[in-house]
Amino acid sequence: MNPVQQAVVWLNDPLNWTNPGGILDRLGEHLSMSVAAVLLGCLVAWPVGLWLGHTGRGGGLVLLISNVTLAIPTLALLTILPLTFLGFGRPAVVVALAVFAVPPLLANAYTGVRQADPEARDAARGMGLSGGQVLRRVELPLAVPYLAAGFRTATVQVVATAALASFVNGGGLGQIIRAGFGLDIAAGGGQIIAGGLLVAGLALLVEGVLALVERVVTPRPLRRTRRAANRRAADATAGA
Amino acid sequence: MSFHLSRRAEPGNPWFSWQYVRDNSDTILAALREHASLTGRAVLIAALVALPLAVVAYWYRGLAGPILALTGVLYTVPSLALFAFLAPYLGIGAVTVLTVVVLYALLVIVRNAVAGLNQVPPEVRDAAEGMGYGRWARLFRVDLPLALPGILTGVRLATVSTVALVTVGVVVGRGGLGQLIFAGFQNNFYKAQIMTGTLLCVLLALVLDLLLAGVGRLLTPWLRGRSR
Repeated sequence: MNPVQQAVVWLNDPLNWTNPGGILDRLGEHLSMSVAAVLLGCLVAWPVGLWLGHTGRGGGLVLLISNVTLAIPTLALLTILPLTFLGFGRPAVVVALAVFAVPPLLANAYTGVRQADPEARDAARGMGLSGGQVLRRVELPLAVPYLAAGFRTATVQVVATAALASFVNGGGLGQIIRAGFGLDIAAGGGQIIAGGLLVAGLALLVEGVLALVERVVTPRPLRRTRRAANRRAADATAGA
Repeated sequence: MSFHLSRRAEPGNPWFSWQYVRDNSDTILAALREHASLTGRAVLIAALVALPLAVVAYWYRGLAGPILALTGVLYTVPSLALFAFLAPYLGIGAVTVLTVVVLYALLVIVRNAVAGLNQVPPEVRDAAEGMGYGRWARLFRVDLPLALPGILTGVRLATVSTVALVTVGVVVGRGGLGQLIFAGFQNNFYKAQIMTGTLLCVLLALVLDLLLAGVGRLLTPWLRGRSR
């Protein structure tokens, strides 16, 4: 039996889905971890990015953060954070994942506000809106396509990276792959590939769903800029 | 590779320890060497595969979409999943790590190289054609030199992310410095070992990036006045 057939057999066994620590458990862990990390990332990155974009300062800082996080291995953060005050367990993993969600969210929030039509900004000023009002009522709505693109990139990246949480026994679907490697490559080959299929399938599914969401939340007149936002999102986060 | 720990004299579990670095310099250097060689080979192979792909995407516009889409899907697939797909066939070892990181670096270089080639001004292309350049001559004498900044950006991004990605190779036992980090975690969470591995990773990425930036400056002397 070749490994792919073994993988099909493994996936076909209902016990592998419903056992404690089976696929369904791991999927739940994977999703809850990812959701928490993305939310945490949004809470930190969006206000900062919007504010930096509004004031027009800190472009260099945004770039620096993207470049530095690109160079830090995920494995390093996953192993370092549990040894700090965060302690072992879910919080440390979530924070580590959130760190990698920040650059795309931050860069897109910043660019989203920066690219707002200066004339619209001037007009809002002329109508007597204060700085905060301009940000909330003009720049923020115009930045929505960029925010959505950043959200999509960040979420897909977090879902992908969450597989690595298994290195520190953080749970998630990666655990299935690790367990497969823990057996023997001959005996565990099927399980390894099955785990890979689940992890990859989840990432592609999230990517597809969020592409749809992104289209829905983008106001019709702004849909033209969506492509540009996507491209920028890709540029801002090249590398995982 | 075995990671022997010796922590005489120093009490506790410090974040960084010269004692550790001195006592384990052989292991650390071996891990660093493996990491650097994996990164170097991966980027070289990726560049050699990516450039022809980019040229094909540039010459035949119809193929640009599929090539970029394919590399994009590859990029969405998590690294651990890619290891999972390849390991049962390629076995446990450096070849698997190399293949995975090459596939990731490929996308970054292809995308940037295509962008760079597309930025060649149409007037320049027309002028080259008017001067009697054939397709290949134009490619080597006009298109590629003008696309060089884009290509180099791609190679630099690919290098930095490859340095980080190689650490995931731990899963097949060939993670270079990742091996050091992971062993530190398993050996009673020995912070100095984890930190040394991490710092060397970041340093390696920085050094390679600066090196490539320097090469880029040498290769594109005509940009030097402008960038300042």
